[in-house]
Amino acid sequence: MASSSISATPASSFMANQKDLGRFGFSSTSQFSIHKCKKSAIPMKIMSVMTPQQSERRPGTTGSVKTSLTLTEKILARASEKPQLCPGENVWVNVDILMTHDVCGPGSIGIFKKEFGENAKVWDREKLIIIPDHYIFTSDERANRNVDILRDFCMEQNIKYFYDIKDLSNFKANPDYKGVCHIALAQEGHCRPGEVLLGTDSHTCTAGAFGQFATGIGNTDAGFVLGAGKLLLKVPPTLRFVMDGEMPDYLLAKDLILQIIGEISVSGATYKAMEFTGTTVESLTMEERMTLCNMVVEAGGKNGVIPADSTTFKYLEDKTSVGYEPVYSDAKASFLSEYRFDVSKLEPLVAKPHSPDNRALARECKDVKIDRVYIGSCTGGKTEDFLAAARVFLASGKKVKVPTFLVPATQKVWMDVYSLPVPGSGGKTCSQIFEEAGCDTPASPSCGACLGGPKDTYARMNEPIVCVSTTNRNFPGRMGHREGQIYLASPYTAAASALTGYVTDPREFLQ
Amino acid sequence: MAAASITLSHNSILTPTHIPKTKTFLGVLPNSIKFPVTNSRAGATATATRSSRAVSVVPRATSVHSGSTSESGSTFHGLCYVVGDNIDTDQIIPAEYLTLVPSKPDEYEKLGSYALIGLPANYTTRFIVQNEMKTKYKIIIAGDNFGCGSSREHAPVALGASGVAAVVAESYARIFFRNSVATGEIYPLESEGRLCDECNTGDVVTIEMDESRLINHTTGKEYTLKPIGDAGPVIQAGGIFAYARNTGMIPAQN
Repeated sequence: MASSSISATPASSFMANQKDLGRFGFSSTSQFSIHKCKKSAIPMKIMSVMTPQQSERRPGTTGSVKTSLTLTEKILARASEKPQLCPGENVWVNVDILMTHDVCGPGSIGIFKKEFGENAKVWDREKLIIIPDHYIFTSDERANRNVDILRDFCMEQNIKYFYDIKDLSNFKANPDYKGVCHIALAQEGHCRPGEVLLGTDSHTCTAGAFGQFATGIGNTDAGFVLGAGKLLLKVPPTLRFVMDGEMPDYLLAKDLILQIIGEISVSGATYKAMEFTGTTVESLTMEERMTLCNMVVEAGGKNGVIPADSTTFKYLEDKTSVGYEPVYSDAKASFLSEYRFDVSKLEPLVAKPHSPDNRALARECKDVKIDRVYIGSCTGGKTEDFLAAARVFLASGKKVKVPTFLVPATQKVWMDVYSLPVPGSGGKTCSQIFEEAGCDTPASPSCGACLGGPKDTYARMNEPIVCVSTTNRNFPGRMGHREGQIYLASPYTAAASALTGYVTDPREFLQ
Repeated sequence: MAAASITLSHNSILTPTHIPKTKTFLGVLPNSIKFPVTNSRAGATATATRSSRAVSVVPRATSVHSGSTSESGSTFHGLCYVVGDNIDTDQIIPAEYLTLVPSKPDEYEKLGSYALIGLPANYTTRFIVQNEMKTKYKIIIAGDNFGCGSSREHAPVALGASGVAAVVAESYARIFFRNSVATGEIYPLESEGRLCDECNTGDVVTIEMDESRLINHTTGKEYTLKPIGDAGPVIQAGGIFAYARNTGMIPAQN
């Protein structure tokens, strides 16, 4: 299914081994302008003359398009002020939002100061979002210091969006504190269709759920963006995943993405964009769409993207006053390949240790005895994830058989867990249902034990035990102990497994 | 646009407190120089070069500036450490050590001492001996998708700080590859075949960049590597900022 525009990319191009390195062609005379995409050979001088016209000549809206573009290509074309481009091309992209957190922020700031000068100012104080979230509720002094470094920098630079926490003993005493960055970005209205969002975290791709280009970068790249407001990126070819059919009520988006990763492997989308479409995807809520896009990096994907629609616009209504302009794949856009799924035929899945593509049916693992369940993270710690878990506990009316840890992603999610009525429960909240089921009390919002973290992190796996988790990775040592075993699963499957003490298909309780 | 954005960089000043952690060792040696097959010496050389750089306040970008990016004669020689497929960033540098900030020189060194500490216990020969700061293995040989997982730049930094010069893998995860080049910490080289099945930890190997060749002296076999291409000069310069300054893309500091 590779199209003509795709054939101009990686395999045949001189950049076959260049990977994402396009950025090194800073000048128009560099080797990178020798490219099969003829537009990129235009001298920089002329480009800058052409630039002002771009707002009137936006591809897809004026009929001036010469080549059909995918959604991802179209966003990057607009952000690089080019009328057209093709996969494999390296383009300078204007960044709408840069996000960083307490783990990579201090290093990025260090590089920014070293390279741009001690007195340098960031390119735009309103486009940098700083969200402490990883190592917050810990007595680790260096972790605490890193949050202090962020605070000092935000004060010095007068950064508009800094979601600070000072009182670690009670997160509720910190009205500015949000929690997990990817969820906070969405909840605070920083994710908008058509924009470019970069972040120093691999799960930055979560924001693709809003029909935008979002990807993770390293400290050095972030240091560059802090000073320049742009970055040279290679345009990825797009894989399209068409998911049709009515979603059975025992499945969640987590099952869909585990299905896909199992299909294409943990490197199946390396350097590629993953676009999700189809009637099933259209029926998903924003939070479920975020789950889908969140784990594209587990397939090696550069970004995941879902076309914005009325669900997107509705979600954004009360969250942002910034104007945005969604873009969509052209009808004749070229995709590297297309995968189709009939979702109505899928079953609840898990990813067995020690790889997110080690796919199995949950019911195939019913003999796997487990030691604990973890519900949390940017992947599986959103409001709807807790509502889903509560639904299973409610349906069973039983108590959990293994310790069950709950870590709401953000302060907003925590509030929802304690205030939203669970449908069909007669007005009970998630927190009440969790308490009745014998779960641990929902913890302070943060990345928590998803990535292990400092030794005193809540629910960290300090022993070689077996855990069913709604998180995103299960490589050795991910949640703490090197010999620990992690089964990645949906909140339904996680809750069902908590009730039996074995990996369990949620249909045992939901049907 | 690109050039304009770079020249926008604010008054750059050299700050002695920020020590450039770019690489000089081996990268600038002419191809004709061959190292003796006593690998411990090669390792010692790297260590010595690194620690001497750590006390230098002269930015390496200027001190070794050759004005040319065509210089590619690099040879790496030493012991190799062999790992399998999908070695993710949690195995390269577990999250509990991410409180260390790579841009701080003392924490940079500490990061190196934890490189590959996350490998499971079945790697009975550990990459770094307990309580050592550096590894004795200069070259890592891996399978598919090396560096998958998180975007943490701490991963290539930890390997570079531990004394690794190059990784030879069948393939790389995208962000790890880019971070390796952007920082100039290590050469992420790709093999034509599956070398991790052919080499053993402790084998003595030489990588000749000009020839795109890896020689395993222990087994006597030779392998073809894929050319590193335009990434080579960037890594040799010590990363993207150093390369950009060397080649005049952005103004030199001071």
